[in-house]
Amino acid sequence: MAKVSLQGVSKFYGKVQAVKKIDLEIIDKEFLVLVGPSGCGKSSSLRMIAGLEEIDEGIIKIGDKEMNNLEPRERNVSMVFQNYALYPHMTVEENLGFSLKIAGLAKKEIEQRVNEAAGILDITEFLQRKPSQLSGGQRQRVAMGRAIVRRPDVFLFDEPLSNLDAKLRNQMRTEIKRLHQKVSTTIVYVTHDQVEAMTLADRIVIMKDGIIEQIGTPLDLFERPATKFVATFIGSPSMNMIKASIVKQNNELSMKTNDGVIVPVPKDKQKSVIEGQNISFGFRAEDIVPLKFGQKPSSAWEMQSSVNLAEPLGTETLIFTNFGEIEIVSRMFTPEQVKSNDNLNFALNLDRTYLFDENSGLAI
Amino acid sequence: MNKKQINNILIWFSAIVLIILIMTPGLWVVLTAFRPQVDVMAKPAVWIPRNLNLIQFETMLFGGSEGSMGRSPIPVLSYLRNSLIISFTSTFIAVLVGTIGGYGFARHNFKHKNKYFLLIMLTRTIPGISLSLPIFIIFSKIGLIDTHIGIILVFVALNIPFTVWLTDGFFRQIPRAMSEVAMTDGCTKLQAFWHIELPLSRSGIASAGIFAFLISWNEYALVSNLARSTDSKTLTVGLMDFTAQFTINWPGMCALAVFIIIPALILTFMVQKHLVTGLTFGGVKG
Ligand SMILES: Nc1ncnc2c1ncn2[C@@H]1O[C@H](COP(=O)(O)OP(=O)(O)O)[C@@H](O)[C@H]1O
Ligand SMILES: [Mg+2]
Repeated sequence: MAKVSLQGVSKFYGKVQAVKKIDLEIIDKEFLVLVGPSGCGKSSSLRMIAGLEEIDEGIIKIGDKEMNNLEPRERNVSMVFQNYALYPHMTVEENLGFSLKIAGLAKKEIEQRVNEAAGILDITEFLQRKPSQLSGGQRQRVAMGRAIVRRPDVFLFDEPLSNLDAKLRNQMRTEIKRLHQKVSTTIVYVTHDQVEAMTLADRIVIMKDGIIEQIGTPLDLFERPATKFVATFIGSPSMNMIKASIVKQNNELSMKTNDGVIVPVPKDKQKSVIEGQNISFGFRAEDIVPLKFGQKPSSAWEMQSSVNLAEPLGTETLIFTNFGEIEIVSRMFTPEQVKSNDNLNFALNLDRTYLFDENSGLAI
Repeated sequence: MNKKQINNILIWFSAIVLIILIMTPGLWVVLTAFRPQVDVMAKPAVWIPRNLNLIQFETMLFGGSEGSMGRSPIPVLSYLRNSLIISFTSTFIAVLVGTIGGYGFARHNFKHKNKYFLLIMLTRTIPGISLSLPIFIIFSKIGLIDTHIGIILVFVALNIPFTVWLTDGFFRQIPRAMSEVAMTDGCTKLQAFWHIELPLSRSGIASAGIFAFLISWNEYALVSNLARSTDSKTLTVGLMDFTAQFTINWPGMCALAVFIIIPALILTFMVQKHLVTGLTFGGVKG
């Protein structure tokens, strides 16, 4: 039973402020993912929760108890690191049982809990091996097993899958999700991989340069990005993003790109922008479709452009083409052969076009 | 014969030459210890030993009179006691202090850390012998001449820099995450050190220990100045007891030398495993 709350928390390394007064309420039993580019302060935040870094400003609570002055061992959290950090001089069994031994539990109880954890993670057959005799995936499991035997209030994961190859990563991702369902404990999970964040999280926290850009469910972030950064960070391929300024044309506000392409401002946004404002507008690959191969959106803006490159992916094809001078990507769902230099008509769905103020980066 | 075979032969040949070069003086010492003085001094040299005996060892250890050239036996057991006390104590202290220092340098950040580290290492650039006069003057003022404590102090100071350097390297190789996991696992910092970091750097500490021990055990120049009597003279200094005004008892001296080498050899073999794993530790990854 543990919610975690961060109130105005900061971290300084010398003069560098790695985490800037962040506020965050993590609900009990929630799977919360901290995601953001490398160096944005994810690990620092996690390590402050664990007690491995001093909290320079603000308060961190687990449950209702303030953690600021408690040692890591007094916080009842378990951490899983990217490089596993298994104790190389101990067998898997000793690795799993170490925390219980330190806590002074009886041999029998230790054995029982180690076996239980080993069962959950399917590592019973490796109990007598040393970490050096295990594969990457097996080590990862042991690291997680070591975290769960303690029955902590909170699990902290710091990029636990980034040392694994793509296939194993997908497999372990599913297992972590399953593990969360089994143990139903609060998890704070750090990753730089937005796919990992989208697939695992109940809620995602997107960080950039030490601040929180947005908090929300995966779908929230995908459908309603609060900032330009979130819009481009979430989703694959990345959202097409084009700089423009607002101009008046035929009594209607339009967006004029630097190359002179003019696109009307979507109807519901007409009142939210003013003439002369510098903005960026963005749209996902599936919201700009080659006309004759897809359904034309109800509120569309059309353009003709030639194909730079086509990437057939089976169920869909990614088409790289130019929007003015800027290369964008379009997603075509019809399995149709498209070649470079084919001239196609594209329709942009204005209802799903996002606008961001260029100065503040905030969604309009 | 192909190129690879020729290469192999060359490598073997050079290795053998090198080993002979390194081993010959040592072997000559061992051989001399078992030969009568006449054979040792003979001109032209007697290369192949004719009659070997244990007289020198008997004389040294039990003060036997036969063939001992009439000189009174040296107090080898006192010297042995001094050597053991001084070497083990100084090694223990140097390794203890040096390991704590190495851990500090590896795991903690403090102002001017690199400068302090360099400073400690720089102390070892001073030739030991040039320190003997200043040390002698200081020790004579505070009454440490000819005492175990004085000599132990010198060896501790001599061996700490190396121990710091070696253990610092070992602690650095252990991922920080390991002690961090241990701390979230319920350890205090000291418990994490004791259960995780110390066992993982055992090889480094053992290596540092053996080097410190050998330096203390074999040191001659400094001790010969600081030790005056059987109160503190070590075995190596005792070697000079075999010199008289006009003569040197070579076989006796060599017998004592053999006596000095043996414990060092035994100890080296005992920790040999650690010396080897010490060098390959980098292969272990969490
Ligand atoms: N021990 C440290 N000393 C100095 N700077 C650090 C330290 N740890 C992290 N930083 C800096 O703080 C910022 C945030 O780091 P971190 O929290 O590790 O980011 P992330 O985990 O998101 O990649 C980075 O700019 C990084 O260089
Ligand atoms: Mg990180």
